[in-house]
Amino acid sequence: MITKLSHLCIYVLNQDSAHDFYVNKLGFSVHTDAPMGEGARWLTVTPPEQPELEITLFLVAEGGMFDKETVATMTSLIKKGTFGAAVFTCNDLMATYQELIAKGVVFKKPPTKEFYGYEALFVDDSGNWFSLAQLNS
Amino acid sequence: MEQYEKIYLYKRIVQSKLFIDRHFANNIDLNNIADEACFSKFHFIRLFKSIYGRSPHNYLVSVRIDNAKKLLTEGVSVLDASMRVGFDSVTSFAATFKKMAGKTPSAYRSQAIIKKHAIIANPLSAVPNCFAQTHGWIK
Repeated sequence: MITKLSHLCIYVLNQDSAHDFYVNKLGFSVHTDAPMGEGARWLTVTPPEQPELEITLFLVAEGGMFDKETVATMTSLIKKGTFGAAVFTCNDLMATYQELIAKGVVFKKPPTKEFYGYEALFVDDSGNWFSLAQLNS
Repeated sequence: MEQYEKIYLYKRIVQSKLFIDRHFANNIDLNNIADEACFSKFHFIRLFKSIYGRSPHNYLVSVRIDNAKKLLTEGVSVLDASMRVGFDSVTSFAATFKKMAGKTPSAYRSQAIIKKHAIIANPLSAVPNCFAQTHGWIK
C-alpha cells in the first residue's frame, strides 16, 4: 500500500527567483541544492513542519523530455496561472496572510470562509497558484 | 470570524514576529519586541502565543537555532555560529541546540558536511531516477 508522499514537483520558470520566493518569503528550508552540470540544478525545499516532504522546484527548460515546443507551452500556461499546484495549511490564516502580504506575496483571493475552514489563494513567482488554508479543527 | 475584526492587532503581532526574524542575532529582549508591537509586555505575550502557539521568547530561540543550523551546514564553526545567531555563551547554545535538534551542534555540523560532500561527489544520488531521466541527466 502507498504510505506517504516524499517528492512533489512544481514547475518553475527561474530557479534563483523560486529559491528566493520559497525560502525567503514562504519560509521553507532548502533540502537539496545540487548542481547537475550545464547550468542544470536539482533544487528541493521543505515546508517548516514537514522536513521529509521534498518539494522539487523543477525548471522548465529544454532537455530530456522537454523539447522547445513543450517549454514554450509550459511557460505560457504557468505564466497564465493555469496550474494550481498544492494546498498548504497553517494554524492561523490571518496572521500568515498578513505576514506574506508584508513580504510582497501576491494573493488571488483574501482569507475567505469555506465549509472546511478559511482559505486564501496566493501565486508564486512563476505563476503557479496555491491554496493556503486554516482547516476546521 | 471574530479574529478577522482584529486585523490591526494581527498586523502589529505579525510585525513583531518579523522584527524577531530580522533582528534575532541582536541582543533583543521581550521589552524590545513588545515596544515594537506597541503593546504592554503581558498583553503582547498573550496575543503572540495565541497566534503562534508559543511565547515570543521561545520563538526567538527557535529562530536562532534554525539559523544556526544553516550556518553549521555551510561549515561555520560551532563557536562562530553561536555568536552569529545571538547567543552569549557557546555552552548555553550547545545545550539549547541539543534540546531542540536532538543532537549536538558539532554532530549536526559533521553530518551536514558529510551529506554535502556526498552530493558534490555524486549529485545524482540526491535525485530520484524518474526525475533524472525526465531532465535527461541519465540516459
